[in-house]
Amino acid sequence: MMRETRYIKAINEALSEEMARDENVFVVGEDVGGAGGAFSATRDLLARFGPRRVRDTPISEAAIVGIATGAALRGLRPVAEIMFADFLTLAMDQIVNQLAKARYMFGGMYTMPVVIRAPCGAGLHAGPQHSQSLEAWFAHVPGLKVVMPATPHDVKGLLKSAIRDDNPVLFLENKALYAMKGEIPDGEYLVPIGKAEVKRPGKDVTVVATSRMVHESLEAARILAASGIDVEVLDLRTITPLDREAILQSVARTGRLVVAHEAVKAFGVGAEIVAMVCEERPALLRAPPARVGAPFVPVPFAQEKLYLPAAADVVRAVQGVVSA
Amino acid sequence: MTDPVNVPGRWEREFPLQTVIEEDGSADPARVTLTDAKALDLFRWMILSREMDERMVQLQRQGRIAFYIGAIGEEATVLGTVAGMEERDWLFPSYREHAGALYRGMPFVTFVCDLLGNAGDRMLGHQMPCHEAWAPGRFVSISAPIATQVPQAVGAAWAARIRGDDMVSLTWFGEGATSANDFHTGANFAGVHKVPVIMVCRNNGWAISVPRELQTASETIAQKAVAYGIHGERVDGNDLLAVHAATQRARVRAASGLGPTLLECVTYRVEGHSTSDDPRAYRGAEEVDAWRDRDPILRLGRYLTWRKLLPPDEVEALRAEARERIRRAVEDAETFAPKPSIQTLFQGVYAEPLWQQREQLDELRAAVAEDPRTSHPR
Ligand SMILES: Cc1ncc(C[n+]2csc(CCOP(=O)(O)OP(=O)(O)O)c2C)c(N)n1
Repeated sequence: MMRETRYIKAINEALSEEMARDENVFVVGEDVGGAGGAFSATRDLLARFGPRRVRDTPISEAAIVGIATGAALRGLRPVAEIMFADFLTLAMDQIVNQLAKARYMFGGMYTMPVVIRAPCGAGLHAGPQHSQSLEAWFAHVPGLKVVMPATPHDVKGLLKSAIRDDNPVLFLENKALYAMKGEIPDGEYLVPIGKAEVKRPGKDVTVVATSRMVHESLEAARILAASGIDVEVLDLRTITPLDREAILQSVARTGRLVVAHEAVKAFGVGAEIVAMVCEERPALLRAPPARVGAPFVPVPFAQEKLYLPAAADVVRAVQGVVSA
Repeated sequence: MTDPVNVPGRWEREFPLQTVIEEDGSADPARVTLTDAKALDLFRWMILSREMDERMVQLQRQGRIAFYIGAIGEEATVLGTVAGMEERDWLFPSYREHAGALYRGMPFVTFVCDLLGNAGDRMLGHQMPCHEAWAPGRFVSISAPIATQVPQAVGAAWAARIRGDDMVSLTWFGEGATSANDFHTGANFAGVHKVPVIMVCRNNGWAISVPRELQTASETIAQKAVAYGIHGERVDGNDLLAVHAATQRARVRAASGLGPTLLECVTYRVEGHSTSDDPRAYRGAEEVDAWRDRDPILRLGRYLTWRKLLPPDEVEALRAEARERIRRAVEDAETFAPKPSIQTLFQGVYAEPLWQQREQLDELRAAVAEDPRTSHPR
């Protein structure tokens, strides 16, 4: 049986189910307790699991990640919440130099089952320090897995997988999608990390999209269908490890590639995917690939709509690739 | 087991809460650092700050501004500190010190334009509401990440040492910010190098939903000064005269080379954290009501009445005057075009735009021209 739920509720369910399933899972972060999280992802968890496992922390992102790392050394499975992905920067040393490398530096004697949840993305008029998409930074660091779910179904299944994973997982939720509704199964299910999914099959061009841009790309596909262009939308879902097979298989079907993400285009995930296809299977491409991403500026408050990559940009990019 | 060392009350005794205005409104003249005229002027400012915060929250509820965060209940802390500084001093705000920006000469209409993010916004629509800056008044741009302004204030004051000028800098932050790394690194650096900076902690009891006790195990914030080898003081943050006097003392210390002061102003966040939260989810009404009685405006009003400076109808008249100023500022601000121009997206990222930014601006203009209806088909 399927039922409808919101993206944010799906996160809450995943946390709740995993905490019930495994005593070692606990939640730390700012305002995650009584307030239930800045976006209510942790609502009611304090009442259900108590303060031992749901902890409001003092305001220090570095401490949150450092504490999670230390607790993971002892065999616990921390789920740390960073209120905005922008504030991951305040914990960069703990994430990049410590957590990501701990297993490696300790000769593999410890596992690092830490999940860091953080809402990314623009669209809520939150300005340059509350709206960024910084996934490419983290994808550049060996030792981290990076996940970016686009639907209520995927966010729940992927968060449960992330919590059970023995590696540090940076779990980037999109706060503009928190209110979005979608179908999820009633019973328990997992979505595997590292698996992309075709959200719409098509034969003319592959659009590899992440997070909110999955929905913009689906909208673009609907618009383009009217002019007879059949777009395949591949939702990447996980950035690291990259689902190379799914990308190559899709491009093998369509012969054309567009990558769409909300982060700035420069040095982004799109560049990696385009480079990978060009390196590994250049013969698959019937036209030069294209990227859709934000302009090379911080996220503005007032002109956010102009800034944000949207369906129209995907439409333009696809038209360009198809007519090339 | 009772703790033989960390005896409750020890630090509160070491850093006693300093007040100047007594319950009945009287004050020891020897401890008053404000002239009657200045006290009355600051009373006006506090009323303006209060009325402005209330009005802006209304505008947010009406959907006319996207977000607001104010200083209701904390007006004496904000205005007492800013008034205790000299014109040439630099201010590094957190995000509740809008009255400080206005006090330093930011035109009210410009402040409202910043809230609206319209064509009159001096921040070019870049920042979210309540993150204003006013360079002519040495009021530095507000940053969203907590406590990042602390080392910056230290750096600005350090620059005064290098340049040989006698400016002092002041930074405000909440008690929650004292958990952040930047508070500690800033305080430590300032202590080591005897930097002329005043670190003002608005201890308002809450950091969003987290009470002070879950932020620090220290009994007071002021005592944290001890660990950094700097001066610390704890004042009643709802007592304008106490805040002003302490700020002046700290400024004299800083300017005479004695180094930084950590000034804890004990106050209370009477409203929610911002327009984004509902405090009823995490705290009881009794606590809030107790603090409403300790309102800083009522407190200064009692002093002014004691000084016979405040006729009975005066407060109402001042409120009406403030409301009229706010009404005009909002009206004037709303005459600007609702959005800044497209090129503001690319302004100020670098001293000179990069080639890809110039290209992206052209592309964006073309896209908008293609579909002027929605400015971009989005
Ligand atoms: C680095 C960072 N982490 C988290 C936040 C989210 N946040 C915004 S305000 C706030 C509480 C701050 O409390 P406090 O410092 O006591 O100041 P107050 O709001 O009470 O004036 C938090 C956690 C932030 N802005 N920056």
